[in-house]
Amino acid sequence: MFWKSTYNEFIKIAAKPRSYIGIGAITLIIVIILFAMKSDGMSFISFVTQPFEQSLAFEGNILNGNLIAFIILQMLIIHVPLLIALVTGDLISGEGAMGTIRLLLTKPISRTSILFSKYLAGCAYTLVILLWMAFMALVVGKWLFGTGDLMVLNSDGLIVLQEHDLAWRFICGFVVAYLSMVMIATLSLTLSCFSENSIGPIVTTMAIIILFTIIGTLDVPSLQKIQPYLFTSHMVAWRNFFEDPLPMDKIIESTCILVLHIIGLLAIAVYKFKRKDILS
Amino acid sequence: MSDTNEKIVEIKHLEKNFGKFQAVKDVSFDVYRGDVFGFLGPNGAGKSTTIRTMLSLIKPSGGELKLFGKDLAKDRNYILQRIGCIVEKPDFYKYLSAETNIEIFARLSGMNVTKSKVHEIIEFVGLKGREKDKLSGFSHGMKQRLGIAQTLIHDPELIILDEPTTGLDPQGIIDIRNLILQLKNERNKTVLLSSHILSEIELIANRMVIISKGKTIVQGSVKDLLNAQELIVVFTIDNLEKAKLILQNASMSELVDKTETTTLHLHISQEKIPVVNKLFADNGVNVYSIEAKRKLEDYFLKLINA
Repeated sequence: MFWKSTYNEFIKIAAKPRSYIGIGAITLIIVIILFAMKSDGMSFISFVTQPFEQSLAFEGNILNGNLIAFIILQMLIIHVPLLIALVTGDLISGEGAMGTIRLLLTKPISRTSILFSKYLAGCAYTLVILLWMAFMALVVGKWLFGTGDLMVLNSDGLIVLQEHDLAWRFICGFVVAYLSMVMIATLSLTLSCFSENSIGPIVTTMAIIILFTIIGTLDVPSLQKIQPYLFTSHMVAWRNFFEDPLPMDKIIESTCILVLHIIGLLAIAVYKFKRKDILS
Repeated sequence: MSDTNEKIVEIKHLEKNFGKFQAVKDVSFDVYRGDVFGFLGPNGAGKSTTIRTMLSLIKPSGGELKLFGKDLAKDRNYILQRIGCIVEKPDFYKYLSAETNIEIFARLSGMNVTKSKVHEIIEFVGLKGREKDKLSGFSHGMKQRLGIAQTLIHDPELIILDEPTTGLDPQGIIDIRNLILQLKNERNKTVLLSSHILSEIELIANRMVIISKGKTIVQGSVKDLLNAQELIVVFTIDNLEKAKLILQNASMSELVDKTETTTLHLHISQEKIPVVNKLFADNGVNVYSIEAKRKLEDYFLKLINA
């Protein structure tokens, strides 16, 4: 019954017009970035490399597909949560708003199974969004700009990663980025269990991300104690894979914190959804 | 009459509180296999809350709830597999076709439902030819029919319809009424029907319960409950004073319930209607219309206002 319910959820997500907003928005943004980089990418590169030009000489194809993919990932990871919450925040509350939840929950399948079917479908949708982003960034980026070494600017300075050393970094980076997006999907699904309308969970998810991001950047001693435990502090953990040497402790810590958040939020969602009186 | 003495719904002293508000205080009733059971009550009486509790949409605060001889809290899936329902409005996924909507709910019914069964049921409710259309283009009546198709798709033993005629035009009401009678007569289903359109219950139910303010007022056979009631017959006439005098001379003035400008309301049995009519006609009082008002409404209002 669980798999039948999950199949149903895939059908619903695939048929909903809002599901294509995310894919459309990502395509549009990436196309704009690619166009901007194609037309004026070198001036952007020289802005980054200028401070180092007196001590270093840059040769080869610096503005390459790998750099473009890295820039796109960095830019989009901020906006993708909204596109994900748009679908996952609607999974339970949307059924309430439409009234279909009354029919759905009178079927001989447990509420927990229904919730996990929806969650699985939401995670699959998140994966599709990220894979599409990866395809647009890496495949189209490399097709337009060619390949080459990746130049990454971080707080320690400039790192140059060899081209042959990049594939696994991108794969691992996308896996961790996916984990942080699953965290967003879990948050919005959990909020969806508390709401009877579609907009509430989406707006609340974004409000929480903004609030936690602000708390995470404030240089206040009392807030600094909680900053390491905020999920927003670990949403950019994928960047760790573009460090040399690899900060494994940071990667493990971020992964654990994201997984713990996911488990905690799912427990809240199950608790709430199982006890919820359906009054809509 | 019920087909058997097998109780398929047993509700005893059901209670449901929402915070301090007690929506259902003490509702008890039984539904037997083969019943078309009317569930009556004014708005806010607790009908929907009771139905939602029976379908595990709401958790009860107290009381016993058994369906098919099993406890809903313990055997939820066993029970729900045997029920088809429409709760309030027949809401579906507007962005999907009628056929896909039925398939979605059929998949969760616990039964293997074939494509031909889906088409058969869509045809049964009169939606053949519209199965590929998206629900966004369906009228309320069509959605209600699709709702009934959805309740039947897994061949349930009990069908629960919560206010199925709400919002329908007169033709739609007749169609749904006929569909319910078909379910009872052709498919041998047990139907629990909640409604505030009391004449609906009178026309199709064999047993009923009336609840008010969250409590059961009365339950039993519709026929017995109605036969216990006096008939009120409204005569529309041209001369009220003369008619009253005629009744007085015939020692029938105590039958007068109330009078209005051109109408006379009498408490009489059905057999006496032609007698009174002849009496008026013989004494020169023109009778324009006679309306028998032995209706469930009067009984219902009397009970809930008691």
